[in-house]
Amino acid sequence: MNFALFVQYALSGITVGSIYAIVAIGFNIIYCTTGIINFAQGEFLIVGAMTAISLTRVVPLPVAILGAVVITTLLGGLIELIFIRRVRNASVLRLVIVTIGLSILIREAMLHVWDEKPWSLPYFTGTAVSTVTILGAHISLQVLWVLGVSVVIVTSLTLFFRYTTTGQAMRACADDRMAARLCGINDRWMVTLSFMLSAGIGALAGCIVSPITQTQYDMGAPLAIKGFTVAILGGLGNSMAAVAAGLFLGLLESFVVSVLPASYKEVVAIVVLLSILVFRPTGLFARRGTSALRTA
Amino acid sequence: MRMRLAAILGVLVVGCALLVSGCKKTPSGPGPSATPIKVGAIFAETGGASFLGAPEARTVKMFVEKLNRAGGVNGHKIELLVKDSGGSPEKAISLAKQLIDEDKVLAILGPSTSGETMSIKDICQEGKTILLSCAAAEKIVEPIAPFVFKTPQKDSDAARRIYETMKELAISKIGVVTSNDGFGIAGGEQLAKLAPEYGITIAISETYDKQATDLQDVLTKVMSAEVQGVVNWSIVPAQSLVAKNMKQIGFDVPLFQSHGFGNIKYVEQGGEAANGTIFPCGRLLVADVLPADHPQKNVLVEYKKDYESQYKEDASTFGGHAYDAILVLVEGIKKANSVERDQVRAAIETLQGVVGTGGVFNFSPTDHNGLAKDAFEVLTVKDGKFAVYQKQPGRN
Repeated sequence: MNFALFVQYALSGITVGSIYAIVAIGFNIIYCTTGIINFAQGEFLIVGAMTAISLTRVVPLPVAILGAVVITTLLGGLIELIFIRRVRNASVLRLVIVTIGLSILIREAMLHVWDEKPWSLPYFTGTAVSTVTILGAHISLQVLWVLGVSVVIVTSLTLFFRYTTTGQAMRACADDRMAARLCGINDRWMVTLSFMLSAGIGALAGCIVSPITQTQYDMGAPLAIKGFTVAILGGLGNSMAAVAAGLFLGLLESFVVSVLPASYKEVVAIVVLLSILVFRPTGLFARRGTSALRTA
Repeated sequence: MRMRLAAILGVLVVGCALLVSGCKKTPSGPGPSATPIKVGAIFAETGGASFLGAPEARTVKMFVEKLNRAGGVNGHKIELLVKDSGGSPEKAISLAKQLIDEDKVLAILGPSTSGETMSIKDICQEGKTILLSCAAAEKIVEPIAPFVFKTPQKDSDAARRIYETMKELAISKIGVVTSNDGFGIAGGEQLAKLAPEYGITIAISETYDKQATDLQDVLTKVMSAEVQGVVNWSIVPAQSLVAKNMKQIGFDVPLFQSHGFGNIKYVEQGGEAANGTIFPCGRLLVADVLPADHPQKNVLVEYKKDYESQYKEDASTFGGHAYDAILVLVEGIKKANSVERDQVRAAIETLQGVVGTGGVFNFSPTDHNGLAKDAFEVLTVKDGKFAVYQKQPGRN
């Protein structure tokens, strides 16, 4: 393998890895507040992207994306109010099952609102063929957008959770719901807020990856599975680690393809997921005891 | 008491009289009151293969509406029962059984995919119900089951047209990428089987996931094999990804696709990158630019116009396969002058020169597809539109 080819595999890994990472971030927000995994996260991405695609027919791209994020954020809040909040004896497992049901519901609704065809947003800068050259290999400009936006999202989230009262309150809810309530935190609204936040970030992610992946109503689930793997790999609740883990999985897949037949590529994520659950359930980057996988 | 008995008797007598007069009416020959012919259809209107099934279902509905408005076939209206399989072979099986046993249909149109068709091939044969599949795989009609037909062109003919074009361009070493579904696997097999016949070497052959969202790594691998051309054989949206990713990694060799690329949606998704893609396809996509004396010109232009004005979306060759399926059935009924399954089946087998959207059909007891290699035209993409491919003298 010559050097340029090596770099090309690496860049291709970074492309998919950046997509995995941005999906994984959405999982982390809801997990941080409620301790549940939201399996409808993939659908938030698609709803966001589809809404933006529809909006681009009447408004310019940036406005369309902003509109899509706002609409999906409201949808996230609405879903929490209607479905999650009403679950009685809400154990983590029960809520997770509810989100699986929600993902099917949203997917079928999207099939009727939009249609079965693939759509996509235009490339943010340049066109499908514009690339930058790094060390003799090429990478699409859109990937730089994905990476850039991931960094911005992760930084703002970290600051939000660490330094604002609301952010700290959300974390407190995750840690001990009863204790948080005793401190005067309205835990129910914190959960609603976390759904809105992750729906909004999901929508933004969906819009940014849309030019690369294309958007089809049933694409949420495969994206969510990869995002979920990456979130576990990085350690649930840790967004910074999720980005690192996303890039790691992307690169791993890419180099596996370089030596094995490409049909084995899909096995990589599953093998990684299983081994991490068996050997290091706290995630690659977690310090001991900080974010153990919840079993309650 | 006696009064009541008389009343009941009276009602019975009147009822019988009505029944008899009712019965008398039916055999009075083909008129608008003749019993409707039940025709079933199984299409993947939703799910992963919906880009096939949705236009197919819309097409047959449109065709039947138009036919019934014009008085039906041999005086019979057609009653269409469209079922959605979601692309699942299991669901196709239960729908086929339902259509055959409960609805007792004359024929079943579809299914959309090869996997579904193969799983109901035997059921239709045993149930002695005509099956007019809209799926591509050659095993559907090979070996022949007397009741099973298919309308799309053959995979092997598509592969042949691709290889012929490659020979013109002096390409001999190629890479093949296929999706991991029935269509991709069957196409990969045909390409591998026919390559030696055309003196072409497949240097590398890779399979990717049908839901892939990025294929740069696979294509980097193909690029490293130093091939002169790439064939992608799939029906999934990844077709546009292949075009985009090749341009993005600076892999500049001709890209050939299968007839699955015949949907302008994929060109739109591929944007600028789709330009120059070469693929074999039915003539529907270039209907407007066909010479006026081409035998298919009228059929194609009319179908396209009807479909596009009714559904406000571009017609695709997939919808065309369904058009051909119902057309062949109607021609068979006309020729048989009967609505008995056996007689219609035998009539379809002898149909000659039926002009459809996929080509001119000439059926025989040994050919249940009826199309020849020339049903495919080699097309290319020029400035985001389909055009007939012509060898450029400057390129070798």
